Amino acid sequence: MQPRRLTPRPAHVYLFGTCLVDLFVPQAGVDAVRLLEREGLVVHFPPAQSCCGQPAYTSGNPDEARAVARAQLALFEHDWPIVVPSGSCAGMMREHWPKLFDDEPATQARARAVGERVHELAQFLVEVLHVDYSQADASPVTVGLHTSCSARREMGTRAHGVALLAALPGVSLETHANESECCGFGGVFSLKHADISGAMVRDKVAALEGVAPCFVTADCGCLLNITHAAQHRQRALAGEHIATFIMRRLEAGA
Amino acid sequence: MSGARERILARLRAANAQAAGTPPDVAAYYGARAAALGASPREVRVARLCECLRASRADVIVSPRGEWTAAAVAALRRRGVGRLAHALDPAARALVAALPPDIDAIAFRDPIERWKREIFEHCDAGFTPAAAGVAATGALLLNHGRDLPRTLSLVPPVSLILVDENDIFDDLHSAASAQRWAHDMPTNRVLVSGPSKTADIQQTLAYGAHGPRELVVIVVTGGEGAA
Amino acid sequence: MSTHPVEFVSPTQFRARVDEALHDGGLRENFRSAMQFLRDKRASQFPDADEMEGLRDVGEAVRKHALAHLPALLEKLEAQLRARGVHVHWAETPDEACAIVHGIATAAGARRVIKGKSMVSEEVELNHFLEARGIECLESDMGEYIVQLAGERPSHIVMPAIHKTRRDIAELFAEKIPDSTYTEDVDALIRTGRNVLRDRFMQADIGVSGVNFAVAETGTLWLVENEGNGRLTTTVPDIHIAMMGIEKVVDTLEHAIPLASLLPRSATGQATTTYFNLITGPRRDGEQDGPREMHVVLLDNGRTQAYADEQLRATLQCIRCGACMNHCPVYARVGGHAYGTTYPGPIGQILSPHLLGLEASRDLPTASSLCGACAEVCPVRIPIPDLLIRLRNEANRQPDDGAAQRLIGQGASFSVGQRLVWRFWSGIYASPARYRLLRWAATRLRVFTPRAQLGWTQHRTPLRPARRSLHDLMRERRQAK
Repeated sequence: MQPRRLTPRPAHVYLFGTCLVDLFVPQAGVDAVRLLEREGLVVHFPPAQSCCGQPAYTSGNPDEARAVARAQLALFEHDWPIVVPSGSCAGMMREHWPKLFDDEPATQARARAVGERVHELAQFLVEVLHVDYSQADASPVTVGLHTSCSARREMGTRAHGVALLAALPGVSLETHANESECCGFGGVFSLKHADISGAMVRDKVAALEGVAPCFVTADCGCLLNITHAAQHRQRALAGEHIATFIMRRLEAGA
Repeated sequence: MSGARERILARLRAANAQAAGTPPDVAAYYGARAAALGASPREVRVARLCECLRASRADVIVSPRGEWTAAAVAALRRRGVGRLAHALDPAARALVAALPPDIDAIAFRDPIERWKREIFEHCDAGFTPAAAGVAATGALLLNHGRDLPRTLSLVPPVSLILVDENDIFDDLHSAASAQRWAHDMPTNRVLVSGPSKTADIQQTLAYGAHGPRELVVIVVTGGEGAA
Repeated sequence: MSTHPVEFVSPTQFRARVDEALHDGGLRENFRSAMQFLRDKRASQFPDADEMEGLRDVGEAVRKHALAHLPALLEKLEAQLRARGVHVHWAETPDEACAIVHGIATAAGARRVIKGKSMVSEEVELNHFLEARGIECLESDMGEYIVQLAGERPSHIVMPAIHKTRRDIAELFAEKIPDSTYTEDVDALIRTGRNVLRDRFMQADIGVSGVNFAVAETGTLWLVENEGNGRLTTTVPDIHIAMMGIEKVVDTLEHAIPLASLLPRSATGQATTTYFNLITGPRRDGEQDGPREMHVVLLDNGRTQAYADEQLRATLQCIRCGACMNHCPVYARVGGHAYGTTYPGPIGQILSPHLLGLEASRDLPTASSLCGACAEVCPVRIPIPDLLIRLRNEANRQPDDGAAQRLIGQGASFSVGQRLVWRFWSGIYASPARYRLLRWAATRLRVFTPRAQLGWTQHRTPLRPARRSLHDLMRERRQAK
């Protein structure tokens, strides 16, 4: 995690929805937009966007990752922040896009410039927008929080998830056992080493279940992994993207 | 196998690795830390050394200079030591002179081949003077060589080590630089921080794995010069 | 590449061993609690994050510096060792390393070897080599001794018997050690081990040890240990043979100091170990004890391959603390034996491909969720996840693509089918039009989503696209405004 200069509060932002949110959890993307608009920002959603390229990058297919990343690089022509509602994708864009273009200095410079504008949603809400959720629904609820490993390590965002939950009246966060441990998703890892991944997510489900009936996360890969594993084991544990959770609390408080 | 040597070195050279990043400045790192923490007074260093050693299950006795041999004898007595192995350094001579008749002193001046069985099977304790103490980690420096067989602090079940409060440094780096270790390496320089131990059985600590089960440390205080 | 006739284990059986390990509830529990214990201990040693980061910076700089000057430092080390009467040997392969040790033993007429802890000797399977030639080779580190007695191999590089419970060891000792009675008392078990090994130390002709840091400036071997078996191994027998990988060298004695602080704190959460041994040559004239003859064996075994590549070279920064495995969620679940390599866990996953080739080790680089816990704790900041990705790239390449630096086993995971899948994938995601078509199909035809989705549905309910994609919902929002 590098120290980064704090962006002043902008008037416009881009939303990079990510492929998983797009197809599987679109509500999280919509709620992210609504949270940003609630702060008075104009949110731009470049319709040509698809994926950050992470699946190919982490599975050892750099050419394909490069092709997909390259297609995204042209989408953010204005100098606005790019907000991403998924920590690992944000980490891919910030930390790894530049590495893909070692042999193309001009593109690498562009990738670096774009990467520097990338913010994980929770971080952006806390550090740039300094959100105030004191008017949200105050009915008491206990939740767990899962932070994606890449978000925690590459973007330093665990603190932002904690801060957002703390800003919501009535919400109490319970820390689960081995909180910092990976849920076992890891993209293609969950397919290639299904049993190891399965053992990891089983432990994660049990740990989260141990503290609360529901959990929130700012990463859609982890969200799908944990919730679908819980369903598979017929557990009642429910998971929600943090943007959707916040939005529900705000609406209920209105 | 000189062919192997040439081939390995040739492969390494072919990589053409050149100094990447900043060269390490270890002295600057420790210097900056020392400056930030401030030089600690001797009493603090002594206290820290004792605390760390005790945390490692050593028996630490702080003794005024004139009384250390008596303190050592008392410590040996408490453990029922009947035979004490030692070298011929001045501190050992002083201790031997103070030994009561029921503790035998066994001086080792010959090659180990002549006393291997004796020290393995018939010595209850060994005495060794330390050349320095490291407060931060509670370690004692033993410079084994011509005047100090390494076996003395290794084979008998009780190791008795003497350290002078004037030889205690804040950390390993300050000890090594002040004493210019790199300029004169004895064959066997050992840092000891407690009795021998292992946690190889289900992370349960057990003492006396292979080396001494007990470490007795005498820190001599007061006055200047050798003990 | 090992050409030993007998290979005890191999990473080629990784998947089968993982399956076994995951179904062994007791084993999982042992590892889980042991890893938790080691993680907590390490954390207690680094209460001050700034101090830790500063020290890691220095440690990394020291190791990078040593690697940048490796050929010159090895020559300097060799010259310093020779000046102190130490014999220096170079080995390219495990067989060569074993043959060197065997040659020394034969020349001295030695029959009994006692070993301190040495991962390099495990790597070259020295025990097996010598025993096949009638030379007894006994491990003296308690963990190694336990593992040897059980006919197994270490499951952890710092705590070799971490997979065993107290009860396992109690049963093992009662069965294998003559005249011992069954006890689960740890002190009593250690006493038994000590008594057996004491005699062997006295009788051994040769002591074989590893090396933690080899100081080029002074020709000093720095050994880190708690038990005192390292001291005995390097002191009592007439001949001391130290085995080390060529990467273990550091420039100056001062450079070893931060590493000697990082190593025990990262490995076992100790401020320091009981003993640091700084060995500079054999017994000199007038000294009463210590070995009369001393040898150092410098082993390559694939390290020069890692060295040849600027990125992969970082693999050789490792100081073998094991913190990466202690913090690895995969290692904690499958245990060290599953990997089938001398070095298990994350460091083993990035090192073994150079030692054994990517063909044999192809399942290792992918066996990681890339969570980054390893890199976060690595005392010398090896970017392990980046190196895992790099090795995945190398395994996926065409075997014969004319790469300048071809890794042994390059292309081990290459398949035309996989290639086409990824081409197809990028063809969709790099093209807005094709991606639009995919979205349309996935959302409108969602009822046809397959129920079985490769490995995903082994442990999870199937993924099913939403009714409307985010793109659809955003378009509707725009139109509504």
